[in-house]
Amino acid sequence: MSSPPGEPRRIGYLYILPALLVYGAFLLYPLIRAVHLSLFEWDGITLGKFVGLSNYLDVVRDAGLRAAFGHALVLIVFYAVLPVLIGLALATVLQRARVRGLGFFRTIVFLPQVVAMVVVAVAWRHIYAPDGPLNAVLGGSRGWLGDYTFALPAVGVIGTWFETGLVTVLLLAGMARIPAERYEAARLDGAGPVAEFFAVVLPAVRGEIAVAVTLTVIAALRTFDLVYVTTSGGPGTSTSVPSYEVYHRAFELGQVGSAAAIGVCLTALIFLITLGVNRIADRGTA
Amino acid sequence: MRASLGERIGNYTLLIVFGLFALGPIVTILAAALGPDDAGGGTSGFGNFGKAWEIGHFGTYLRMSVAVSVTVVVVSVLFSILSGYAFGTMRFRGASALFYLFLIGIMMPTEAIVVPLYFDLRTLGLTDTFWAVVLPQIAQSVAFGTFWMRAYFRSSSRSLVEAARLDGAGHWRTLWLILVPPARPALVTLIVLVFMWTWNEFLIPLVMVTSESLRTAPLGLAFFSGQYTSGFTLLAAGAVIVGTPVVLVYAFLQRHFIQGMLEGAVRE
Repeated sequence: MSSPPGEPRRIGYLYILPALLVYGAFLLYPLIRAVHLSLFEWDGITLGKFVGLSNYLDVVRDAGLRAAFGHALVLIVFYAVLPVLIGLALATVLQRARVRGLGFFRTIVFLPQVVAMVVVAVAWRHIYAPDGPLNAVLGGSRGWLGDYTFALPAVGVIGTWFETGLVTVLLLAGMARIPAERYEAARLDGAGPVAEFFAVVLPAVRGEIAVAVTLTVIAALRTFDLVYVTTSGGPGTSTSVPSYEVYHRAFELGQVGSAAAIGVCLTALIFLITLGVNRIADRGTA
Repeated sequence: MRASLGERIGNYTLLIVFGLFALGPIVTILAAALGPDDAGGGTSGFGNFGKAWEIGHFGTYLRMSVAVSVTVVVVSVLFSILSGYAFGTMRFRGASALFYLFLIGIMMPTEAIVVPLYFDLRTLGLTDTFWAVVLPQIAQSVAFGTFWMRAYFRSSSRSLVEAARLDGAGHWRTLWLILVPPARPALVTLIVLVFMWTWNEFLIPLVMVTSESLRTAPLGLAFFSGQYTSGFTLLAAGAVIVGTPVVLVYAFLQRHFIQGMLEGAVRE
């Protein structure tokens, strides 16, 4: 890291001030307040009762909350694991083949990333409907999102749908930077496509994989809009996830302290994952 | 590179299959929106949009979304230029600590802050106002914008800044006359990203707003989808109305979207 161009200047504080004020008031202060609120049992109206860390213990003790975090784990498989595996395979093949129209393909598969999640949810709710396109193809009449067994995987598949494009584009960019000599060297050593993948491609895109995993895992943990519009956590609680529980508890059940504690846990989890994944990727390249 | 015919066919099949997988749901909703009204309203094609616009009140929602997006983009980009300039080109005590403070905001999920924000703004009588929707989103965008503009100004040439100083240009003129004009590509990327995030944001307006006149487009669509159950055509038309603005911008500036979302995610 180089030092910034320019001399020491106090005026810097003045330039930062507007950003810092709005950021401090509407992001940092609320985070501190979330930690504060999480120590109380409060219905949002009457006087709160200090309960210490009880709301945090509930994340482990409360079966409903444990289930919500469990559902988030399932979603991580659909949002992160599957897209990274599919993206790796797809990007490797396309990069090797140097097919035409790759630019257009990139534009298309990235498109789901820019469509509002509510619009995505409306589209998929229709696809999964008892009289929708999916059943028309499969010849059944199952209400996928109303089914205790299938609702969570059905939501997960939507995640796979919109994350695969992002991951593929990210990996394609990484693979395009691999110098041709490395492939040639591997081929001179007699490496086939599979050996080449493990010896050349995979090590070269470690950083991109780390970024892809971080982004998609965080997206899985922050699934709110999609669940709110498609299932509202149902049927029963079979698709309730931590982000949805934050909203549900704070604004529908009047368990503000518990909601704040879940929010704080989510934040901590996201920080740990970001730091952890980056550290693993760094160790790999060192 | 030599590839057999079979391999080439296989590759293009893969390309097309995944392209269709990505487009499928979007095409489904477009086709439904343009087809005959399945609720028996007698409209079809573009008539559906007019009807959905009318009964879904999308005019009101789009107006609110435009007002929110423009305000968030203008204010947060302006603040980000200023703070990014300071972090990128000046040295002052505590600069890196302050910068790390901003980095926290990039990772912080909305879910964590929306609960205390709602109850504190309620105490101040500010919930169900335009500013309750706008200010938290400015804060989020300023965190990313500061990170983004700092990276840009840091990479801009030291000699440029020093030459400007020798010419007697003050820090204010150096910023706006020397550094900002060539920053246009970085600024366009920041603007389209902030626009997309703000337009698509759902949780903040959902929590902050109760009056119908303050609903943003995605929020209005969610309510419409909950209330209008007689068919799918008009709901699909509404979804297309809500999704189109960002998709249109994406069609013209897709490089900025892709580059920004990928580079913004990569640590320096």
